Amino acid sequence: MNKKIAEPVVEVQSLVAHYGSCEVLHGVDLSIQDGEIMVIMGGSGSGKSTVLRHMLGLNTPTSGVIKLLGQDITHISASKMDALRRNIGVSFQGGALFNSMTVGENIALPLREHTQLDEKTIRIMCRMKLELVNLAGFENLMPAQLSGGMVKRAALARAIIMDPKLLFFDEPSAGLDPVVSAELDELILRIRQAMKTTIVVVTHELDSTFRIADRITVLDQGNILMVGAIDEVRNSKNKRIKDLLERRAREIKIDAEEYLNRLTGETG
Amino acid sequence: MLRYIEKIGRATVGSIEELGYASSLLAESFYWIVFGARRGQAVSVSATFYQMLQVGIAAIPICAALSFAVGIMLAIQGINTLKAFGAESQVVVGIALSVTREFAPLIIGILIAGRSGSAIAARVGTMQVSQEIDALRVIGISPVRYLVVPALLAMIVMVPTLTFFADIVGMFGGAFFSVLELDISMQAYIDRTIKALVVDDVMQGLWKSVVFAVIIAIVGFVNGFSVSGGAEGVGKATTRSVVQAISLIIVADMVFTFYLNH
Repeated sequence: MNKKIAEPVVEVQSLVAHYGSCEVLHGVDLSIQDGEIMVIMGGSGSGKSTVLRHMLGLNTPTSGVIKLLGQDITHISASKMDALRRNIGVSFQGGALFNSMTVGENIALPLREHTQLDEKTIRIMCRMKLELVNLAGFENLMPAQLSGGMVKRAALARAIIMDPKLLFFDEPSAGLDPVVSAELDELILRIRQAMKTTIVVVTHELDSTFRIADRITVLDQGNILMVGAIDEVRNSKNKRIKDLLERRAREIKIDAEEYLNRLTGETG
Repeated sequence: MLRYIEKIGRATVGSIEELGYASSLLAESFYWIVFGARRGQAVSVSATFYQMLQVGIAAIPICAALSFAVGIMLAIQGINTLKAFGAESQVVVGIALSVTREFAPLIIGILIAGRSGSAIAARVGTMQVSQEIDALRVIGISPVRYLVVPALLAMIVMVPTLTFFADIVGMFGGAFFSVLELDISMQAYIDRTIKALVVDDVMQGLWKSVVFAVIIAIVGFVNGFSVSGGAEGVGKATTRSVVQAISLIIVADMVFTFYLNH
């Protein structure tokens, strides 16, 4: 970070997205710097998964710009996108390991498809990544034989096999017990330290967020509520953020007439 | 009333959308076959052979059993019907033509649709649900190149091959029954079959089976890729792909037969 004020690794500008005719993101702006861990936090339905899918290029936005490593992925040729994807790793919520392959084959797949490395080198690189995620010796097991935490770590090994500059995590601690989830947090920090990777984590877990984040983006109902360091978010006066932090139920205002209309199925 | 019209409208738009998706899937598959290597993503030969093994070789026993049964069934019906005209011996020609032109491609088409088309839909549907398809895409592997093309190629090679195999086994089944029933020798039966058949008869069946192969693969993938809603969605897609593929095969068969015989 000592060279010029570095261009952000991820830059999202006025991102608008629809599911069918329903607008789910109303102009999201986001900028993530080189080497930082940005946690995108929000409740269910806040649009955080949608933001992630757009950043991964899995969904096409209605409007807006998404730049990864300086390239606008909404206007990029397919072959350039392929090249860009080699610099990006993704760890999915459920791991998304290929069930028909062993753990080792899963991790080796990006290397086999994108490089001309010989089999021996590929195997050594896989073992190195497995060591890094504490799964040494498990390469011949099938994903179905692994526990939830191991699946996530194997998925992480696959995500970092190409030494990506940018790493995405979707709900890293979902479905894991607190201990395993804490271990995964440490692993994320270790990877950043070892590989200087920029990391984007989408989660609703507060403990994990405060452990790993450099900065936090709070999303709510398709809008960004705030972006800031941990303390700024903790001390925020915003009511919605406080609700989220203190796990308070949302107060839902009920309009009597609208409520009756909904019950009777008549459109007001 | 209005609601029904709306329903019909939605269904129509839905099927046109699906047809468009199917065509784009087919076009993209050919793109990868031709330009894949140039883009550094060649179609995997070993995956294609693996699929051929699954679709073709593993299906040989059941294909043999069914086509043999169909041959016998045709012989029984043919001899019974032709008896009325005292022309039982003409059954040889009947079996030869109906097996090669119609029954072999149709039976194989339906069998493979049930056996491998459903497997494609189930496999891809499960991958869709567990985000494996998304994972492929973010790794930078085109799901069409990686999943669709090997299966499509395997189908295009193996369905006609199995059909040719079924031609022979089917006629042999017919011969088996006729020889017992009509008191002619096997050698005489084979000679007459060869005399009755021209290359065109066999080719007609084989061309049909190529079309069926494409239908089975593309219908399986369209349904698999459109899965949403967990395990139940996978089940629905599997059923749907079998019903659609078999219906399309029968309709395509009719259209094909009409044009080839005009």
